[in-house]
Amino acid sequence: MVMPKIRVIPRLDIKGPNLVKGIHLEGLRVLGDPAAYARHYYQEGADELFYMDVVASLFERNSLSDIIEKTAREIFIPLTVGGGIRTVEDIKKVLRAGADKVCVNTGAIKNPAFIKHAAELFGSSTIVAAIECIKQPDGRYFAFIDNGREETGLEVVVWAQKLQELGVGEIVVTSVDREGTGEGIDAQLIQSIASAVNVPVIAHGGIGKPQDAVEAVKAGASAVAVASVLHYEALMNGKVGREASKIEGNTRFLQENRNYKKITPCGLNDLKQTLQSSGFQVREIYS
Amino acid sequence: MKNVVILDYGLGNLFSVLQAFKEIGVNAELTDDPEKLALADAAILPGVGAFGHAMKELESKKIIEPLLAFAKSGKPLLGICLGMQLLMDKSEEFGEHLGLGLIQGSVKKFPMEYNHQKVRVPHMGWSSIHSSIKKHPSMVDVKDGTDVYFVHSYYVELAQPEVNQLTWSEYAGFRYTSSLVNGNIWAYQFHPEKSGKAGLQLYKNWAQHFQL
Repeated sequence: MVMPKIRVIPRLDIKGPNLVKGIHLEGLRVLGDPAAYARHYYQEGADELFYMDVVASLFERNSLSDIIEKTAREIFIPLTVGGGIRTVEDIKKVLRAGADKVCVNTGAIKNPAFIKHAAELFGSSTIVAAIECIKQPDGRYFAFIDNGREETGLEVVVWAQKLQELGVGEIVVTSVDREGTGEGIDAQLIQSIASAVNVPVIAHGGIGKPQDAVEAVKAGASAVAVASVLHYEALMNGKVGREASKIEGNTRFLQENRNYKKITPCGLNDLKQTLQSSGFQVREIYS
Repeated sequence: MKNVVILDYGLGNLFSVLQAFKEIGVNAELTDDPEKLALADAAILPGVGAFGHAMKELESKKIIEPLLAFAKSGKPLLGICLGMQLLMDKSEEFGEHLGLGLIQGSVKKFPMEYNHQKVRVPHMGWSSIHSSIKKHPSMVDVKDGTDVYFVHSYYVELAQPEVNQLTWSEYAGFRYTSSLVNGNIWAYQFHPEKSGKAGLQLYKNWAQHFQL
């Protein structure tokens, strides 16, 4: 069996000028300057980068353009940007700033026709859909919006198929239950969506060690979006600075140098080597 | 300084193409002006989105005739992604559409299944390129099997692969043409501007070969 190469995608959650990281998409800690992390990941062989403006959806604002422009000037891998995208104008703005793809969640659920229109206009491969999934007491998974705060009543597999039909080029499946916890991916969730659609699925939420990425791929993911393990590794080993803008957010974590519990910080290389030794192909870095 | 233009006829991200050329020392200019194209020393035809839509945009901007004239003049023309597909005779994307007809062959959709295995479309990610033409100047310092970044649901089927195929690649076991050449026309199905240092090297090779 010839499998396509698995992509490892650092996910950078951004709040105002800072890179942040939360748990269950909440309780955001400030980690530093997103551009410094982006540069570091590019050098380390990231296959793509994924920026998510975590508050744009709530406050109806879009503050990413400056960070995107800065990144696109020096980083020559694909860049996906999400957060608060609701109109064709929003997409144009983000693409013009240098993004290659846009990621839509709330905008898609509130207005499916917008996704169809956007896919026709910009091409399917430019439109990525995110599904924020929360497991219900009865075992079903529902799609949420606004960082897992508002329930939509949409069953995730049904919604994923609908998104494919509307023309999205890939789907980011976020397990809100696992996100930021490092407890491993929700294989059942990934498997149920990956087997139901034909577009690539990016698994997000829960990777706390390299083996978790392998489990995501075994469940059918074409790519994994990874945050905590990479950010903490970069931070701990001094690969990025500790300066962060103090204007916004909780910076106590950075100052106190606290430890992390269920997370085994690791670099992109560790993740890729583990995938490779499990029989999955990854991109070979050009040198 | 040579005058290099990037044809800006649609909605794609041309910022990164522009930026990648800047990185290798080529200051290209975005334009949709047929006169600027006619005066240029080299032209880049990028593209993202649907084939039919792109041809319509080129037509409405009156770029088709000047582009064909440019290609026949012998000046370097570089197609990228959809820009490579547009060079072909025709495409079967959403019905049949005629292309620029600069390269013989057509554009086809990836199969849903290959060798009893699901083929996820679009092909979005990294695949290796393998040379079909030995020691072609486009591949200077790019070794066989180098990984580059692809985003496509359709691929080019050349009428004369033995003449025009520069590299081939595989997706889910399915082999296809990943770059082509016809004299002064070079084209890549992948995105060199998104392929890290390997991609920058490929752009550099093009610029150096044509002394831009």
